[in-house]
Amino acid sequence: MTDETRSYDPGSHPDLPPPASTVGVVGWVRQNLFATPLDVALTVLALYLVYLLVPPVIQWAFIDADWVGDTRDACSREGACWVYIRVWFKQLMYGRYPDEELWRINTAYVLLVAAAIPLFIPGFRWKQWIGVFLLIGYPIIAFFLFVGDAFGLEHVETPLWGGLFLTLVIALVGIVASLPIGVVLALGRRSKMPVVRSICVAFIELWRGVPLITVLFMSSVMFPLFMPEGVNFDKLVRALVGVMLFSAAYMAEVVRGGLQAIPKGQYEAAEALGLSFWKMMGLIVLPQALKLVIPGIVNTFIGLFKDTTLVLIIGLFDFLGMVQLAGTNPDWLGFAVEGYVFVAAGFWVFCFSMSRYSQHLEKKLHTGH
Amino acid sequence: MKLTKVLLAAAAATTLSTAAVAGTLDDVRGKGFVQCGVSQGLAGFSNPDEQGNWTGIDVDVCRAVAAAVLGDAGKVKFTPLSAKERFTALQSGEVDVLSRNTTWTLVRDSALGLNFAGVNYYDGQGFMVRKDLGVKSALELDGASVCVNIGTTTELNLSDYFRANSMKFNPVVFEKADEVVAAYDSGRCDVYTTDQSGLAAQRIKLKEPNAHMILPEVISKEPLGPVVRHGDDKWLDTVKWTLYAMVEAEELGVTSKNVDQMKGSSSPNVRRLLGVEGDGGKNLGLSVDWAYNVVKQVGNYGESFERHVGVKTSLGLERGQNALWKDGGLQYAMPVR
Repeated sequence: MTDETRSYDPGSHPDLPPPASTVGVVGWVRQNLFATPLDVALTVLALYLVYLLVPPVIQWAFIDADWVGDTRDACSREGACWVYIRVWFKQLMYGRYPDEELWRINTAYVLLVAAAIPLFIPGFRWKQWIGVFLLIGYPIIAFFLFVGDAFGLEHVETPLWGGLFLTLVIALVGIVASLPIGVVLALGRRSKMPVVRSICVAFIELWRGVPLITVLFMSSVMFPLFMPEGVNFDKLVRALVGVMLFSAAYMAEVVRGGLQAIPKGQYEAAEALGLSFWKMMGLIVLPQALKLVIPGIVNTFIGLFKDTTLVLIIGLFDFLGMVQLAGTNPDWLGFAVEGYVFVAAGFWVFCFSMSRYSQHLEKKLHTGH
Repeated sequence: MKLTKVLLAAAAATTLSTAAVAGTLDDVRGKGFVQCGVSQGLAGFSNPDEQGNWTGIDVDVCRAVAAAVLGDAGKVKFTPLSAKERFTALQSGEVDVLSRNTTWTLVRDSALGLNFAGVNYYDGQGFMVRKDLGVKSALELDGASVCVNIGTTTELNLSDYFRANSMKFNPVVFEKADEVVAAYDSGRCDVYTTDQSGLAAQRIKLKEPNAHMILPEVISKEPLGPVVRHGDDKWLDTVKWTLYAMVEAEELGVTSKNVDQMKGSSSPNVRRLLGVEGDGGKNLGLSVDWAYNVVKQVGNYGESFERHVGVKTSLGLERGQNALWKDGGLQYAMPVR
């Protein structure tokens, strides 16, 4: 205890480490978990809940689970039966797409990833061209790969599409199409031209005012009745158009929020420089506005991604629908929980990735002070 | 008008099925396959197998129609339809035949512009109990507590049945089918009631499926069958007689295995069915061996039943009302002659 009593000249005290109880694990625990009596109580309660919930889940999902086998008999019914997922895995991923044509879907996936990777490399030169390819070239290539009926590829009808593949098709089409349409609608809504403005307002309010489920329903139940007999749109095309217009209306309002946040001075400065309307929007206003609303845009994307499961009601089998369909096989009745857990995990991975990517974009584009 | 033009042009470009003007039978011949509307998955009736092929007794009806019309049971394309969109899909020509566990009712047959081609499964509400309860008939259920879905015709049928037999019961109601099953499984009620085919499917989900039994009584009528568009009599005849041919084949003892020997049979009924004698096929506008193809490639009604929902499958349904009329059931084919 001599240290405490030792005296130093002013300014000559050596730098001592902070007290052991305020740093490291102990310090963090004391500061964050046991700072006040209320904190102590909450921590204990939380630990108790974790104790209640986690061990049974682990027991069910891993320890008691059945992993090997090909039939229902391989499952003891005590824990999760992952055999079920394994047996149906191909259908959960691709629907009923023919086996010998699966390479087409896989090629499209690889192409998408390969084209997207350079976008993440800082300083890569031809990012614009890759962007243009992803937005225009890629959808065309993917269309011919998936549908076929050209370049010697066999035609694969859309009723055979399903599983995660179908979910991604609907979500990506909705996402890629809704942003440009949404931007145009948002600009239209703020336009000074009365006709353009009223058309945009009417469009947005109409589509925003009805639930997606109604849109899908109209597209699949009512729309065929309006068509002349014998004329039929493909069911998937009807659903895609519905999803696209629906999400565009939401996107328009998100973008409009961004446009309104841009100070009037920016518009006036751009006009003073003699920029045309499109140059002003494209070079000055939209880059700032879109950056501001990245969280809102991604929010809409995530919502759209999850909303794709609604196509179940019009007889399309997306990721979730395929799990439910698989569960109706008489040999595999009663494994709904495993299926839902698997689908939930799948959706979480995609939605969480989108959320992380948007945070990365926000940081990268953050140019404020 | 411009919008209409655009829509029509787009429609012409994306049209997948052209239907219904010339008569469905000719259309089906022209395009070379039958477009069949099925359910979004109902165990034993229409559900996918592990390879992704549709199977089930409803699916077999469509395969049989393809065998009768095109001579190949594989020439079917399936469109899964939700309960709400099924009739529109049929009316708009998206599907040629709807074989989707659809109950034959007056309103559907008349107001919706549909025609039912027959009944391929007589369903009806039934009861399931624990075996150790020792109950052998629904009439012994006086005072029982019954698990049932709330606000359905099932609930109504239940109270009607108990009142008609002056018995008391104690309803335990839930909103969703899964909740009802869970409550029954945990012993909150003695009896679980829904349609018989549903009982069989739900039983597999119980902890000990073999500890439960389905009582023989059926207390409501749910005749399920294939449906076609109103006003296309030729196609209606095709589907109707395909169904009859399957039932008739079972009655005559013709199966997919012995159909070739049966061609040499001396029974006039068998000879007429298989097209050795008479011109039934010609009158229907089909080939001579239409029924032979159906039985050879799909099987007779009994084979289809046993393959998908019968006692040897996991659903384990008895023939019950779906036995042939000779065996006390309701399946009765009009004479093929």
